[in-house]
Amino acid sequence: MLTQPEDATRVALDGCVRLSTVRAGDSGEIVELRAESHPDGHGVDVHELERRLLEFGFVEGARFEVLHEGAIWRDPLAIRLDDMRVALRRRDAEDVWVRLDAK
Amino acid sequence: MSEVVMRPARVALVGNPNTGKTALFNALTGSRQKVANYAGVTVERKEGHAVTAAGRSLSILDLPGTYSLRARSPDEMVTRDAVLGKLAGEEAPDVVVAVADATNLRLVLRLILELKAVGRPMVLALNMYDIAQRQGLRIDIEGLQRELGCPIVTTVATRKRGIAELTAQVDALIASGALSTDNTWHEPSAAELRGAHGEAQRILRAYVRPPERPDTFTGKVDSVLLHPVAGLVILLALLFLMFQAVFTWAAPVEDLVDGAFGALGALAAQNLPDGLFKSFITDGLIAGVGGVMVFLPRILTLFFFIILLEDFGYMARAAFLLDRLMGAAGLHGRSVIPLLSSVACAIPGIMSTRVIDNKRDRLTTILVAPLITCSARIPVYALIISAFIPSRTVWGFANLQGLVMFGLYAAGILSTLAVALVIRRIFWRGEVEPFLMELPTYKTPSVESVLRNLWQRAEIFVNRAGRIIFPLTIVIWFMSTFPGPPAGATDPAINYSLAGRLGHLLAPLLEPIGFNWQMTVALIPGFAAREVAVAALGTVYSIGDADAHVGALADQLAAHWSIATGLSFLAWYVFAPQCASTLGVVKRETNSWRWPLIMFAYMTTLAYLASFLVYRGAVAVGWG
Ligand SMILES: Nc1nc2c(ncn2[C@@H]2O[C@H](COP(=O)(O)OP(=O)(O)OP(=O)(O)O)[C@@H](O)[C@H]2O)c(=O)[nH]1
Repeated sequence: MLTQPEDATRVALDGCVRLSTVRAGDSGEIVELRAESHPDGHGVDVHELERRLLEFGFVEGARFEVLHEGAIWRDPLAIRLDDMRVALRRRDAEDVWVRLDAK
Repeated sequence: MSEVVMRPARVALVGNPNTGKTALFNALTGSRQKVANYAGVTVERKEGHAVTAAGRSLSILDLPGTYSLRARSPDEMVTRDAVLGKLAGEEAPDVVVAVADATNLRLVLRLILELKAVGRPMVLALNMYDIAQRQGLRIDIEGLQRELGCPIVTTVATRKRGIAELTAQVDALIASGALSTDNTWHEPSAAELRGAHGEAQRILRAYVRPPERPDTFTGKVDSVLLHPVAGLVILLALLFLMFQAVFTWAAPVEDLVDGAFGALGALAAQNLPDGLFKSFITDGLIAGVGGVMVFLPRILTLFFFIILLEDFGYMARAAFLLDRLMGAAGLHGRSVIPLLSSVACAIPGIMSTRVIDNKRDRLTTILVAPLITCSARIPVYALIISAFIPSRTVWGFANLQGLVMFGLYAAGILSTLAVALVIRRIFWRGEVEPFLMELPTYKTPSVESVLRNLWQRAEIFVNRAGRIIFPLTIVIWFMSTFPGPPAGATDPAINYSLAGRLGHLLAPLLEPIGFNWQMTVALIPGFAAREVAVAALGTVYSIGDADAHVGALADQLAAHWSIATGLSFLAWYVFAPQCASTLGVVKRETNSWRWPLIMFAYMTTLAYLASFLVYRGAVAVGWG
C-alpha cells in the first residue's frame, strides 16, 4: 500500500475529529494536540505551532464551541475556548483532535 | 529622609493584550508620560511617573501585551527582554505589576507562573473588576494571594479605582526590601506548557467561581458583526463612513492648515529681502513643513476611527472577516489595519504594522503599503483627469472622470494584493505563518483614553515625520535651486538647477513612456511628496501659483501633452515611489537600507512597465 512517510504517525483517534473539520454550532472537548501535519507548511515548525496553540489555551481537556465561520471557504474559525474567544485558520487547527458533543 | 534623592523605583506593567495595561498606565501616571522608541528597535516605549502616598517616586513602564515570555514579535521581544533586564540601556524592573483581566484569568495565570520564575517582586492587578462584579464572578482573593505568593489589588483602570491601593502595595514591597530571587526562567517546552496549564486550571478551580451572569452581549453582537453576509456589509459601510470622513469632513480643517501655511509663506515673502534666504524660508522651510502638516487632519480623522474601533474591540473582527481575502495574497487579517491607514498616507500605515506578530507578514505589508492609493496622489490624479478626461456621463449614471478615479483606486488595491503574493513567493517560498488571534469582549471606549491616544498619535507623526521629511525637503529644495540661472536666462530657473540637469539627463530614459523633459524635471522635486509634482509642473510651465490655478495648469497640460502622455503619467503615479518620506520611514521601521532599496527598485520597475504599456496602447488606438 502507498503511504506517505509523513502520514505514518497519523493515526486517527477513536471517535475524534480534527478541529479543522468542525462546523459552526459544534461543541466538544479537546482530546489531543499533536505536532505532525505539514511539517513545512506553517512557516514555523510544527513544534513551534504546537507551543503557540498551547499558549492560546488549546490544551487537552479544554471545552470549546464553534461560534462562527469566515465568509470565504468557511475560514477562519471563531471559537469559544473555555472562557475566551479565539480566531484561527483551519489549516493551523489540523493537529488539534477533538471529541464532539452529541447533538 | 534620603527618599528624595533616591532614584525612582522601576515598575513594569506586564500582561496579556487587551487587559487594560494602557488604561492602568494612564490612571497611574496621568499626563506625566513620555512616548519614545526603544534603543535600536522600533517598538514604542511608554514611560511615566507616579508618586505613592508614602512619597516614593515610581518610574512606570508600559510593556507590549504578550501571552508568553517566549516572544514572537518585536513587541513581545521587548516585553521579555525588559522583564529579564536584558534590554540595551535598561535595568530590570524593581517590581513587576502583572495586569490581568479579572474576567479572563486562565491565560494570564500561566503567564504569571512564568513571571514568578523570573523572580522579581510582583503585584497582581485584577483589572476590569467592575465587569467581574457585574457578572457575579467570585474570586477568593485571600486564597489566590496565598497560592501565588504575591499581593493582589483589584482595579478599574478606566475609572481610576484601586490605583492608590496598587501603588501602596508596590511601595510596601519595596519598603519591606523584597528582593529578587534567582531567575529560573527558560523557554518552556510543550510538556512544560501543558503542565503550567494544568496548574493554572487547578488554581482557577480552587479560587474562582464561574460568573452567575456571564457576558452575553459580546456573543449577541458577534452574531451580527461576524455574520458572513451582514458582517461584511457592516464592515464595508464602516469603511465607507471612514473614508467619507477622511476625505470630506477633514477637508475644511485641511484648508485651514493649508491657508495658514500659505499666509505664513506670503508674510515671509513680503517681509524678507529677495534672495536665497527668502527662497529657503518660503519654498523650502514653510512649503516643506506645510506640505506635511496638511495631512495631519486626515491622518488624525483616520486614527480617530481606528482607535475607537480598536478600543471597542472591533478591529479583531475586521481582521477575522478579511483574513481569507488577505490570505489569497499570502497575508493575514492583521495586515488590514495598516493597509487601510495607507489610504490616508503610507507613513502611518507603515508605522502601524507593529501589531503584526510575524516578521515576514510585517515586511510584506510594509513593502506593499505604498501601492495603496494615498491621499497625496489625489491632487495629481485630479489635475491630470481634469486635463485629459472629459466630464461626461457614461452608462446613464456614472461620471467618466469619477470612474477613472475609481479605476485608479482599484488598480492600487489589486496591485497591492498581487505584489504581496509575488513578494511572499520570491522571499519566503509562499509559506504562511499561523494565524491565532484573541477576539476580545466588546467594551465601551472611554472618551479620555481615545483623546489621549489621538494626541499621542499626532505627536508621534509630527515628530517622526518632521525628523525624516523635513531634511528631505531641504535637500530637494537645494537641488531645485542650485545652481541658479545665468544672467539673462529666459527658461524657468529650475531648468538650470541640479534637479533640472538630472531631469534632462533622465529624459531619454523616460521618452519611451511618453514623458517630455518638463515632466521629467518635475518628477525630481516631486520626489519630496507626490502632490508636490503639481506645483513642480506649474514651475516648469511657468504658471505662478499652480496650486491656486489648477485650471490654468490643466489647460496648459492639455495643450502640451497628448492624451497618451497624460494617461501614462497617471499610470506612473499609481506605482512610482514618488515619496522620499515613505522610503525614510521604511528604513527606520526595518532598521536597514535593504528594504527601502528593494521597494524603490520594484516600484520604479512597475511604474515604468505600466506607463510603457499604457502609453504604447494609447498611441496604438490613436491617442498619441
Ligand atoms: N470596564 C472596564 N474597561 C476597561 C478597564 N480597563 C481597561 N478597560 C477598557 O479595555 C480596553 C482595552 O484597554 P487597553 O488599556 O487598551 O488594554 P491593553 O492591555 O493596553 O491592550 P494592548 O495595548 O493591546 O496590550 C479599552 O477599551 C479600555 O477602555 C476596566 O477596569 N474596566
